Amino acid sequence: MTQAVIIGGYLVLLLGLGIFSGRFFRGTSSDYFVASRSIGSFMLLMSVFGTTMTAFAMVGSTGEAFRVGIGTYGKLASYSGLIHSACFFFVGLKLWELGKRNGYLTQIQFFRDRFQSDALGYLLFPILVMLVVPYLLIGLLGAGAVVKGVTRGAFPEFFIATNGAIPPWLTGLVICSVVLCYIFIGGVRSAAWANTFQTLVFMVMGILAFFLIAKGLGGLEAASAQADESKMVREGNMTYLEFFSYGLIPLSVGMFPHLFQHWLTAKSAKSFRLTLIAHPVCIMLTWVPCILIGLWATGVFPEAKPNAVLGMMVAEFAGPIMGGLVTAGVLAAIMSSLDSQFVCLGTMFTQDIVIHKFGKGKFTDRQIMNMARGFVVVIVLVTYGLSLLEPRQVFSLGVWCFSGFASLFPIVFAALYWKRVTKWGAMAGVLATVIAWIVLFVLSDYGANRHFLVLGAQPVVFIFLSCLVSLVVVSLFTKAPEDEILAKFFKKVK
Amino acid sequence: MKKAFVYILILMMFLLHQDFWLWDDKTLIFGFIPVGLFYHTLFSIFSSGLWFLAIYWAWPLREEEDTEDSEANS
Repeated sequence: MTQAVIIGGYLVLLLGLGIFSGRFFRGTSSDYFVASRSIGSFMLLMSVFGTTMTAFAMVGSTGEAFRVGIGTYGKLASYSGLIHSACFFFVGLKLWELGKRNGYLTQIQFFRDRFQSDALGYLLFPILVMLVVPYLLIGLLGAGAVVKGVTRGAFPEFFIATNGAIPPWLTGLVICSVVLCYIFIGGVRSAAWANTFQTLVFMVMGILAFFLIAKGLGGLEAASAQADESKMVREGNMTYLEFFSYGLIPLSVGMFPHLFQHWLTAKSAKSFRLTLIAHPVCIMLTWVPCILIGLWATGVFPEAKPNAVLGMMVAEFAGPIMGGLVTAGVLAAIMSSLDSQFVCLGTMFTQDIVIHKFGKGKFTDRQIMNMARGFVVVIVLVTYGLSLLEPRQVFSLGVWCFSGFASLFPIVFAALYWKRVTKWGAMAGVLATVIAWIVLFVLSDYGANRHFLVLGAQPVVFIFLSCLVSLVVVSLFTKAPEDEILAKFFKKVK
Repeated sequence: MKKAFVYILILMMFLLHQDFWLWDDKTLIFGFIPVGLFYHTLFSIFSSGLWFLAIYWAWPLREEEDTEDSEANS
């Protein structure tokens, strides 16, 4: 009961912050979609980092460490520290500069302009939306699992089927409503404010949970001593090739449409500096405690389900008040991604479909923002409906979603660095990615087979290669782009 | 020259990530962190250092592309 009250209090506080940040909203669609490109260094770090960390980072990492041990950190977190910042450096900065110069609000606007192709935009739109949906699902499933874990027995008369715990359908409904409320008020600006607050909350609460659980287990050394030794190494838990091939997955940040939108909110290129440097350490501060909690759980709840591990450990060792605060931290991590994804979906729909098709002059700013809100509600309803079906493990779902985005990375990289790439090459790359992703996803029993590998490597390797090879081969066999188009994107064109 | 050095460092970091020599080492550092996790924790800190160097030695934008210009083209 105490946990439920604290979680409720946190959500009210968050709504208050959303309403407050809405006072800075300038009422224009530019402010709603890219905060008038006015976000400074610290807020950019918090919003970019908060956006990339979701249930995958807290619930997923704890569950995966519980399942396959400490190698979880290396295969995703430390790789991400290196590769995410590389994407910000080599892709994000250039896209920010091009976005500012050419007035882009979405990724698709950049691709349409770079490749001079309407069709590419219409091809990419549903694919990006369909890849964001599982990302949203990760958040809803993670939130539901954690809240259910920490509120066990709190409401025995209301929720008999879940032994008195708040059921996942209710958690999903509440957090979607809260996030929708504050992004409706101030768009990406409210998302940036909420992300800053929520990122601080989940980093502090994650560290707090770590120490409370360690204390509950008799100290750090005792906590590790009681854990399953086989999970302290990678031998027997993963192969070299599997570990190596995870390196492609963090490339997904180069193609996340919601991250693209956050990059565009930066006041200047210098605003990126803090993000570049601090992002790897922020990942470390969030993931290391979760990995150790997952490891320790192997000795405490050896039969637990991976998604439930974090909630169970918090409920067991943190006490009701701290348990409530830590759960609020987990929800913060989840909502700080949901908000950006919601805003982004609305932006893409209005800019890439409605305005692109009918022209900007046909609608007022208010109409554009309302259309964005309407589309977001539809997608949220679909995602919410999917979250009520048979749930997958958060980590597996996340890996499939990120594999799709990561496999499209060659397209954005080529668009920025390879003058010879053509619209036909880009379209071939997108189609090859879609086909390879669908085939492998079906073969993995729709993500249910957690051990699914292709020739010992992560499926992302083959999906990525399908995209890369198609992109290069088709580009080389089709007509090179005109020099005047290239001059807009490259400093030196002969 | 400095730019090339940063690019080599990025490549080296990628290679250093493949710590196969710690694959089955169960040593606990400070009595509680498995060495495989400790190594990658340090790796994250060094990644931050790498990007610090990259900012000062290999910044990809020219000076005129860096300027603050709120509301520009938006």
